[in-house]
Amino acid sequence: MNVIFENFALYRDGFFKTLLICAYAMVGSLVLGTILAGFRVSPVPPLRWIGTSWVNVFRNCPLTVVLFFCAFGLPEVGINGAYFWFSITALVLYTAAFVCEAVRSGINSVPAGQAEAARAVGLTFGQSLTTIILPQAIRTVVPPLGSVIIAMIKNSAIVGAFGVGGELFAVSDTLTGSRGEAALPVLTGIVIAYLLITLPAGAFLGWLERKVAIAR
Amino acid sequence: MRLRGLLVGTVTAALALSMTACGDKGNDAGTNPPVNTEAKFDEGTTMATLQKAGKVTIGTKFDQPLFGLKGLDGKPAGFDVEIGKLIAAKLGISADKIEWVETPSKIREEVIEQGKVDFVVATYTINAKRKERISFAGPYYEAGQDLMVKKDSDIAGPEALKAANAKVCSVTGSTPAEKIKEYVDPANVVLFDVYSKCADALRTGQVQAVTTDNVILLGLIDASKGEFKLVGKPFTKEPYGIGIKKGDTKFCEFIHKTLTDSPAEYEKAWKDTAGKVSPETPKLPTLATCS
Repeated sequence: MNVIFENFALYRDGFFKTLLICAYAMVGSLVLGTILAGFRVSPVPPLRWIGTSWVNVFRNCPLTVVLFFCAFGLPEVGINGAYFWFSITALVLYTAAFVCEAVRSGINSVPAGQAEAARAVGLTFGQSLTTIILPQAIRTVVPPLGSVIIAMIKNSAIVGAFGVGGELFAVSDTLTGSRGEAALPVLTGIVIAYLLITLPAGAFLGWLERKVAIAR
Repeated sequence: MRLRGLLVGTVTAALALSMTACGDKGNDAGTNPPVNTEAKFDEGTTMATLQKAGKVTIGTKFDQPLFGLKGLDGKPAGFDVEIGKLIAAKLGISADKIEWVETPSKIREEVIEQGKVDFVVATYTINAKRKERISFAGPYYEAGQDLMVKKDSDIAGPEALKAANAKVCSVTGSTPAEKIKEYVDPANVVLFDVYSKCADALRTGQVQAVTTDNVILLGLIDASKGEFKLVGKPFTKEPYGIGIKKGDTKFCEFIHKTLTDSPAEYEKAWKDTAGKVSPETPKLPTLATCS
C-alpha cells in the first residue's frame, strides 16, 4: 500500500481533476436533462421530437462511442479544442438522456389535476411547468437522479482514454505503466479515491431526499 | 428458392475463406526460422520444461505495426514476433506451437510474475524499476524516443516544442510520456490509450507532434501514406529486452546465446518486418549480463 503514500501528490491531483470533471458534467447534464424533459412533455410537436430522439440516440449509444465522436469526430469537421471539454461534452450529452427520463417520470407522477388547476387559473405551459409541476416532480426523482449521477461519476473513468491526462484512471495507468508498480495496490488507491467522491455524494442525496420529502 | 440462394452464397464464402487460409499457411512456412530439433537442456531449467511441453506461450503487442501487429489472419506479425519465433525454434518448438498472448504495456510485469506467459517480447524497454519485478534478457534492439510531425511542420527537435507552444501526444503510462514532460509543459501533453489515436489527433490538428520510440513512429508513418514524417533526432536510448521470470539466469543466458549465434536469422527477421520502412539492419546491441 506504500505506493499510495509515495505517490500521494499524483493521487491528490487525479482526485481533484476527476472531481472537477464530474462537477461540470453533473451541472451540465442536470440542466440539459431537465430542459429535455420539458421538451418531451411540451405541447409543441417539434420539441417533443427533439427530446424523444435525443433520448433514443444517446441512451442507446455506448458512452465510449459518444466520447469517440466528441474527441475524434469534432476535430474531423474542424472543431478543435481541449480534450477536457470534449470529454465533458460527451458526458453531458450522454447523461442528460438519463436525467431527462428520470425527470419525465417525476413529471408523470404529479397528479394531472395539478396541471389542470394551473391551466385553469391562467398559467401558460411554461409557467405551470416551472412553478407547479417541476418543483413537485424533482422531489420524487431525487433517488433515481442520484443513481444517474453516481453512474456518471463512475463513467468518467473512461475519459482518461480520450486525451484527458491526469484524472484518476490516467493516474493508475501512469503508475502501473512507466513506473512499473503492481496493479492491485495502485487500483486499490483509485477505488478509495472514487469512493471518496461517490460515498459523500450518496450521503448527500439521502439527506436531500429526506429534506425535500413531501407527504402526499 | 431464397433459402437455396443463401446456401450457395454461404458455401462459396466458406470455400473462399478456406482457400485464403491455405495460402497463408504456405507463406508462413517460408518465413519461420529452422527448428532446432536436437536441442538438449539440463533437467529442471525453463528450456527443458518448455521443450518437454512442446509448446510455449509468448506475450507480445497486437497493435504495434512492424513489431507486433495482429493481422486479419489472427496471427501477430512483426520484428518482436520473429524474435519470439527464433527463441522458440532454438528450444525445438515450431512456430505453430506458439501461443501468442496480447501484452499491452501496463500488464507486462503482471503476466510474467503470474506465469501466464513464458516470456515477453513487446517493445519492452529495460529499466531499473521493471527489473525489481522481472528479469530481462537482451537487449536485442536499441530504440530511441523521437518525434513524429506533419509533413509540412518545421519542428526540428524536442527543444523546439516549447517555443512553438506545441501540444504533444503520447500513450498513458508509457516512459516517453513521462520523459517529454522535461521538454514541454505537462498541460500540453495529451495522453491516449493507444498510439493510433495520437496519429488521428495529429492528422486533425489537435496536437502538433507525437512522441514515442522511433520504431513505433515508423509504423505509424508507414500507415499514414506520406502524411507524417519522423523528426529523426532520437533524444533517449531505449534498449528493448525480453522479459522473463525474475532470476531465471539460465533462460537469460540461453536467450543471449540464441541472439549471438543467429546473426542471419536476426537480419532476416528485421528485413521481413521493420526493415520494410527502415532498410538498414541494426547491429545487435551489447548484451547485458544475466542476473
